[in-house]
Amino acid sequence: MSFGKIKGLFDSPVKLPSLVDELPIGVAVLDLDRRILLMNRSLEVMTGFNREEVWFVPCHDVLRSNLCQTRCPFIHSRDSNAPVTVEGDIINRDHQRIPIRLTAVPLTDTDGKVVGFMETLEDIRALKQANDNIRKAVSFGNIIGRSPKMEEIFRLIPVIAQTDSSLLITGETGTGKDAIAEVIHRSSDRSKGSFIKVNCGALPETLLESELFGHKKGAFTGAVSDKMGRLRLAHNGTLYLTEIGDLPLPLQVKLLTFLDDKVVFPLGSTSGFQAEVRIIAATHRNLEKMVRDGLFRQDLLFRLNVVRLHLPPLREREGDVGILLDHFLKIYSTRFGKNIKGFTPGVRQLLMNYSYPGNVRELRNIVEYATNICQADSIGIEHLPIYMNGEYEEGMAGMEHVHADPADGGHGKEISGRVTEMNWSEIEKKLIIETLLKVNGRKNKAADKLGWGRTTLWRKMKQYGLES
Amino acid sequence: VAGVEKTEMPEKILITMWENNVAPRFDLTTEVLIARIEKDGTVTDQKTIVLAHESTEDLCQLILNEEVGVVVCGGIEEEFFDYLTWKKVKVFDSVMGPWERALERFRERKLKPGTILFERKEKKGHGR
Repeated sequence: MSFGKIKGLFDSPVKLPSLVDELPIGVAVLDLDRRILLMNRSLEVMTGFNREEVWFVPCHDVLRSNLCQTRCPFIHSRDSNAPVTVEGDIINRDHQRIPIRLTAVPLTDTDGKVVGFMETLEDIRALKQANDNIRKAVSFGNIIGRSPKMEEIFRLIPVIAQTDSSLLITGETGTGKDAIAEVIHRSSDRSKGSFIKVNCGALPETLLESELFGHKKGAFTGAVSDKMGRLRLAHNGTLYLTEIGDLPLPLQVKLLTFLDDKVVFPLGSTSGFQAEVRIIAATHRNLEKMVRDGLFRQDLLFRLNVVRLHLPPLREREGDVGILLDHFLKIYSTRFGKNIKGFTPGVRQLLMNYSYPGNVRELRNIVEYATNICQADSIGIEHLPIYMNGEYEEGMAGMEHVHADPADGGHGKEISGRVTEMNWSEIEKKLIIETLLKVNGRKNKAADKLGWGRTTLWRKMKQYGLES
Repeated sequence: VAGVEKTEMPEKILITMWENNVAPRFDLTTEVLIARIEKDGTVTDQKTIVLAHESTEDLCQLILNEEVGVVVCGGIEEEFFDYLTWKKVKVFDSVMGPWERALERFRERKLKPGTILFERKEKKGHGR
């Protein structure tokens, strides 16, 4: 083989570049000093240099990879004669940083002596982007969301899980307090222990006491046998007290005593049991206000409020409604054996703009109902709960025009024009103002805090008339 | 690609260094050469600065603090290229080869973005 040509493989010699030029990945052939001898067209496009221009130039000056200065794969490759694959990035001539996967292979002569190297570079921008989206789109246990507020929650969960302090979860009904409590338990060192849930609002006071602390046989009428309380069952695990705001005052004192000395005294028993339990409490009520009204003990609030996690209502979770709609539609379509592809554009718009006072639970119920009712391939207005039809009529009043879309068999209604904004616009405007105030009007910082790009913030400020 | 404009004013130049060469990457630079080129082309106040760590922001700050007029470097990301250009710093990027030769070429007003300063043997062929 003369330089750039292969002989003996075909009847007549072929140019090496013609073999590698059309490959979709970048290929470079280097000499022993790692200088460029040949580059294929893909690598020319990727780096912005043409092969004639950079011939015999050290590879690190052409690729400009973050691997070159400290982790050059050829240094390893030369030792072992084995291919090495590493991920990194390059900066091309157009000043773009491109994530790449690089494979370095030593080239040997017929005697097995290394005479040079070959490297292939895959542009993995699409892969990275997909991974970023997956990472952003989601998920801790059963909780999904990619709004800045939920990302913050996802960041906090592992930290909270690692502590053993009492935790108070607050948030409106349907925001996912139970799910978060369970996820925190599963992510903690107590995950091998039990996760015991007690609804403080579901039982009368006497029954609740017995349920929590247990009782001895004969402690009261009907106590025909000993009963272990939930606190004891949760030994080495987590006790989750939901609706803690509904816990009767006398039981608040008893719980307070337990939180102080960690000993459970069942009803009618004089001997206690040392229970190693982490308490997670949750409520949708305003406990501070209840303390002021004398309905909740301040000292219990202090003990429960060691770590506090507030879950945002769905109307403050920008961008999450769409993800949740698709998520629940997929779940219920599979569960009910339906082949529903999605929502008609009008319905989707309506559901995106709805205020969801019942938060994720309400959204889930709407999708479950619609999936049950729907016999078509997409969910139309007639499949939504009746109370949503009212919202739809209201929404329609603000539209320029509505027409039936024959493509969906008349079930869906295509909507063009502007749909009346409901709550989100006002909340978003307020959010922008508050954030700008917090950062003294610095838009860069405000955009960072909101999880937006600068241009998004600028666009939204303009939209809401906040731009001076 | 335009070369160096003729200037009557002395100019401060910063070259990113990696061993004896211009550093391939601006963001991974830990050593820089700063020199003053007088009107007659003589080099004065030449100094080498070792940076505490790789930081593009710190490097940009150093360039502005030192009132550097020309930066010679290898690969540089768009964000920083645009920033320095906006701050009226001339950026000669994609320069490859020994930094001493880059300085020499600049003195001779012959440096351009993308200049390759390595000595290369005569090409046998290039396979097009």
